[in-house]
Amino acid sequence: MVAVQPRRLLWRLAEVVDVVPETSRTKSLVLEVPGWERHKAGQHVDLRLTAEDGYQAQRSYSIASAPEDERLVLTVDRLDDGEVSPYLTDVLMAGDKLELRGPIGGYFAWEAKDGCPLLLVAGGSGVVPLMAMIRHRAAVGSDMPTRLLYSSRSFEEIIYREELETLAARDGSLEVIHTLTRSRPKGWGGYDRRIDAGMLEEVSWSPDESPLAFVCGPTPLVESVGTTLVSLGHDPAHVKTERFGATGG
Amino acid sequence: MGEGFFSRGFRGRRRSQDTTLSPGQYLVDGFPVLSAGPTPRTPLEEWDFSVVGEVDEPKKWTWEEFRRLPSEEITKDIHCVTKWSKLGTKWEGVSVDTLLEGVETAAEYVTAFCDGDYTTNLPLEEVTGGKAWVAYAYEGEPLEPEHGGPARLLVPHLYFWKSAKWIRGLQLTSYDIPGFWESLGYHNSGDPWREQRYWGD
Repeated sequence: MVAVQPRRLLWRLAEVVDVVPETSRTKSLVLEVPGWERHKAGQHVDLRLTAEDGYQAQRSYSIASAPEDERLVLTVDRLDDGEVSPYLTDVLMAGDKLELRGPIGGYFAWEAKDGCPLLLVAGGSGVVPLMAMIRHRAAVGSDMPTRLLYSSRSFEEIIYREELETLAARDGSLEVIHTLTRSRPKGWGGYDRRIDAGMLEEVSWSPDESPLAFVCGPTPLVESVGTTLVSLGHDPAHVKTERFGATGG
Repeated sequence: MGEGFFSRGFRGRRRSQDTTLSPGQYLVDGFPVLSAGPTPRTPLEEWDFSVVGEVDEPKKWTWEEFRRLPSEEITKDIHCVTKWSKLGTKWEGVSVDTLLEGVETAAEYVTAFCDGDYTTNLPLEEVTGGKAWVAYAYEGEPLEPEHGGPARLLVPHLYFWKSAKWIRGLQLTSYDIPGFWESLGYHNSGDPWREQRYWGD
């Protein structure tokens, strides 16, 4: 491989334009970032918070917006015992500044020109980088066949539910399949269990179609889905994974 | 950037151990898993470990032979580029010094290669002199596949992506070949104490 000329990822001071509730635990931060360079769908940023006495904390958050969107959007899941996420969801408001750098991560990323049917598998807030891919796909008018299998605990905890519905309703090449693992509304017709081999076999493209799979969620889900896709015959090099552990964020 | 800037209303949560953390890191008690693809599962009877590249004579061990090599117990802090650090982790494995014993080479770099096609590159001097091991046990138990089992490289003084999971061998080279993450934006050296996370840091 050719070594690329290193280019320092600078810390930038973004302005919070809006804080939008998505579910009871998640909010989207809409940011204006001076000098922001176009990201790829699936990438993340590092945030750095600084207390008045100089103490700092850094965390990584996935980008939810498409590269084509005017503003950078991060969707943050509030971890009750977290150090950074409760600040982002409960304290931060429009007009505040936020230090960040990025975009980071070139592997768990997709561009419409990459081709291959897309299989997106999400658990909880793992949907965020996959949503960037879906929004990118819509922004450039791609008709690449795409299926999102999305596991949430309850109907109320589905992030971007209405936007996903709208996008799928107007685009025959996008299918959104939900499973609800803990509670379901009356008359729920979708899946009602954790993602398993049977579900993946029903939902995923055949390995013959060489789909590209992106799997993002908590570690047990990612481990199990990754292993199952390989056992169903998918090329391990076509299964890309990213994890959202509750590790103090 | 950041001179004089502070985050309105942010106090943070400091811990007394923070003095032992490298810059920008926070402490975890669990052991988060990070990998770019599915966990490879190579049966032990098919597993081997080799030293190849610019060496006078390549070396290869089966799992059984590898496990008969002199091993060491290692207790070290580890630092992941995704910001978590974990203190006092206990490992057991074979020192890279042991694996390179008797190897004649003019090489200055090494590429660790792994199942799942992962690679990472290091200067040879970063993995010799008691600084790196190929570990097969964690906290007294066989290393679990999701943490890199049956065996992973352990280079605790560098960010943990350098401690390649599912390692199958070392390739010695006279020039530096950026590995998987090193080609995708991560720093070529990865020293957590100098906060070398990304290109140009």
